[in-house]
Amino acid sequence: MAADVVTVSVAWAPLALLLVVAAAWWAACLDAVVSGGRWGAPAAEAARLLRQRRRTLLAADRLLWRLGGGGLLVAALLMVAVIPLGRWTLSDLGVGVVWFNAMDVLVWALVWMAGWGANSTHALVGGYRFLAQALAYELPLMFALTAPAVGAGSLRVADVIAAQHGLWFVVWMPVAFVVFCACVVAFSVQGPFAAAAAADIGGGVLAEVSGVDRLLLLAGRYALLAAGSAFAVVAVFGGGDGPWLPDWVWTLVKTFAVLSVLVLVRRRVPLLRPDRLVEVGWVLVLPLTLLQLLVVSVVVVVR
Amino acid sequence: MTLQAVLVIAAALFAVGLYGAISQQVLVMVMMGLELMINAVILAAAGLWWFLAPTPDGHVLLLVVIAAMTVEMAMGFAVATVLHRSRGSDMTDMSTDLKQ
Amino acid sequence: MTGVVQTVLFWGLGAVAVAAGVVVFRTDSMARATYALAASFVAVGAQVLFLHLDYVGVIVVLMMVMEMAVMAVYMVMFMGMNPALMPMSMVHSRKTSLGVAAGAFIVLAGGALLVPWPARRGAPAVDLTVSLGQATMGSKMLVMLVVSPVLFSTIVSALVLALPRSRYDRLGDDLRRRPAEDPQPGGVGR
Repeated sequence: MAADVVTVSVAWAPLALLLVVAAAWWAACLDAVVSGGRWGAPAAEAARLLRQRRRTLLAADRLLWRLGGGGLLVAALLMVAVIPLGRWTLSDLGVGVVWFNAMDVLVWALVWMAGWGANSTHALVGGYRFLAQALAYELPLMFALTAPAVGAGSLRVADVIAAQHGLWFVVWMPVAFVVFCACVVAFSVQGPFAAAAAADIGGGVLAEVSGVDRLLLLAGRYALLAAGSAFAVVAVFGGGDGPWLPDWVWTLVKTFAVLSVLVLVRRRVPLLRPDRLVEVGWVLVLPLTLLQLLVVSVVVVVR
Repeated sequence: MTLQAVLVIAAALFAVGLYGAISQQVLVMVMMGLELMINAVILAAAGLWWFLAPTPDGHVLLLVVIAAMTVEMAMGFAVATVLHRSRGSDMTDMSTDLKQ
Repeated sequence: MTGVVQTVLFWGLGAVAVAAGVVVFRTDSMARATYALAASFVAVGAQVLFLHLDYVGVIVVLMMVMEMAVMAVYMVMFMGMNPALMPMSMVHSRKTSLGVAAGAFIVLAGGALLVPWPARRGAPAVDLTVSLGQATMGSKMLVMLVVSPVLFSTIVSALVLALPRSRYDRLGDDLRRRPAEDPQPGGVGR
């Protein structure tokens, strides 16, 4: 089932970065408005952080610290590299779904490094909290990613989109969709899963960063949320399917819609503790996701 | 990118891992040496697969090697935990119960 | 990607992999050693991607980054906190092991360069991932049947080794005490 997707050259990567940053900006502005601020609050904050002096601590591991903070944007860009915008994609990897999974595992390493590098207790506690929470959500995420791949019979993202021409996957894979969205919020350290950057440890991984590093970390969180929403669109919402507009416009519209819903919904749920989350993730969510996968497999075999 | 190039790089990785596995005193560093050796085996197996016999059999063998590496690391860390708890040390030199 | 660019990139990745492997044993910080090993694995995964093994390459990257994140936790647990880069070289019989490693490299590299390798047998399938999946579920199903219980028993035995307390300590002699009595609180209180 080969879909027609054109691979553009790597020179278009800055456009992809621009789109990711734009989506992250939108998420930040919406977040500011919903929490009672102004639309321009993220822009003001970014300007303030760019002027602020970068801090370092005694005996901080600066290499790992800056890698961890700055790497989140890179991980978001690498995630987006396999997602087609309409007919164009930066990389038509035969195993695009697994590549997305590999990039969100990269976030494990990056957030821990951001916590370790600062040589500060609160940051370290934040980093460890993120690892504990990641153990809880990673397996459900992997199986939720497997469901569209099984439904399409291929690990290639273009094939997953092409298999949804008749019926979008979200209709018969709702559990996978909900679990995937929750895990997107989790790996971007947001909302109920923001224990790594929570206020009760003085900001966690955000405690000691300042200046442009802080801007990169904050932007990276929103960028990961945007990249995850984009992948949700291609995995369960049919990619570029839609009536009148060209498919790349539909992809962007759907991405922004999913991103807005995620930003609005995550404000409603209180902060969850990672140690409680581990039990819920392994005992409740993982069996549900496996059941969903069973349903998908039976449908594919019977079809 | 010939078979010889792949195998020379894999040999270099294997040698570095072997140095680490033999010489390091701390158990976790020994495990890192073992991981490097299995890394080298994966690269060499991939090279031999592509250049000599690109059939599915070898491909499946690569997956088995990766599973073996996971098993080795899990058991290694479990043993390290038990050692640390019972003796309070993580050095291989002090874990010689059978030595006379 | 042209042949020359591919060769240069491949050798570059090989150099990165070996250099990162050396850094693992030369650096003074445990976190850097762990992530140097992760960098070495990522370089090998990229090289495996060059050899047209898409799935295995990406899986190597995925699993190894996850393993290194967990390994970093264990390193800090066993060897203490030093993000400050204090000297940390603890080896025994260094000269012997250097000699053995050099000897192994000479033998293996010499063998790789001098052995008359046979010609290629068979051609790769059009879609390697599909052929891997079909082989795993079809002719090589025995491999999957063996690997699954092995992995499961690894989980069980690793937990049995690592946990000092048994079920009876947690749940009482009749296995009925709820919530369980743990030294570290956690879970939903079931």
